[in-house]
Amino acid sequence: MLANKGLPVMPWAWSLLPAHMEFLLLGWLVQLAMGVAYWILPRFSSATPRGDERLIWIALILFNLGIWLVAIVIFIGPGWLTVTGRAAEALGVASFTLGVWRRIKPSGA
Amino acid sequence: MPTLTRWFVKTSLAYFVLALLVGILLAFDSVGGLFPVYLHLLVFGWLTQLIFGIVFWMFPKFSRENPHRSEGLGWVTYIFLNSGLILRALAEPLQTNQPAPLWGWLLVISAVLQWLAGLAFVANTWGRVKER
Repeated sequence: MLANKGLPVMPWAWSLLPAHMEFLLLGWLVQLAMGVAYWILPRFSSATPRGDERLIWIALILFNLGIWLVAIVIFIGPGWLTVTGRAAEALGVASFTLGVWRRIKPSGA
Repeated sequence: MPTLTRWFVKTSLAYFVLALLVGILLAFDSVGGLFPVYLHLLVFGWLTQLIFGIVFWMFPKFSRENPHRSEGLGWVTYIFLNSGLILRALAEPLQTNQPAPLWGWLLVISAVLQWLAGLAFVANTWGRVKER
């Protein structure tokens, strides 16, 4: 798509711009931040040092489902998919936030 | 902090300042084609580059002998990312304001370089995403 900007041999490539932005901003930057935060935030001294892992798995699934729903809208059309995708992303982030909330604390506390 | 990480982080800081300067230029609306440059400087020059540097430094060691996996591939990532970004920052406004095949080809080369940088980063990092 970016190459097509210089050499317009595939005019349809521009329709990929929303997917390009979705994958890079949410799929790459935000998801990497979430993964590293889950890894590196202070842990609990209990049997589940990273808290309830199920919430993070739910976040992973919902967030990625949302990204793909928003990205494929340009190919299969219905606008409600964008809303559904954004809702899945928001729920994913909410689940992630719940999952790490109590880990935002001084180390060892 | 490894040398390559210092290069990534300092370059990312320079791009951050540069991107904000381009943001000021955007407000004057005097040069066309600057908005995509502004976005790429922020997302790739600043955020992605900072992440690349910190990941190279902080992710679990690949092995005792090669903790960062391949230093060479790390430098290839750095060089491709930045040469691609600089080419885009130059060619994008030129192509918008004075379209010519040369600027078009520079944009193609820039896109390929950025893609290869991403590929090199993934190849070098994939095996380090693991338990300590």
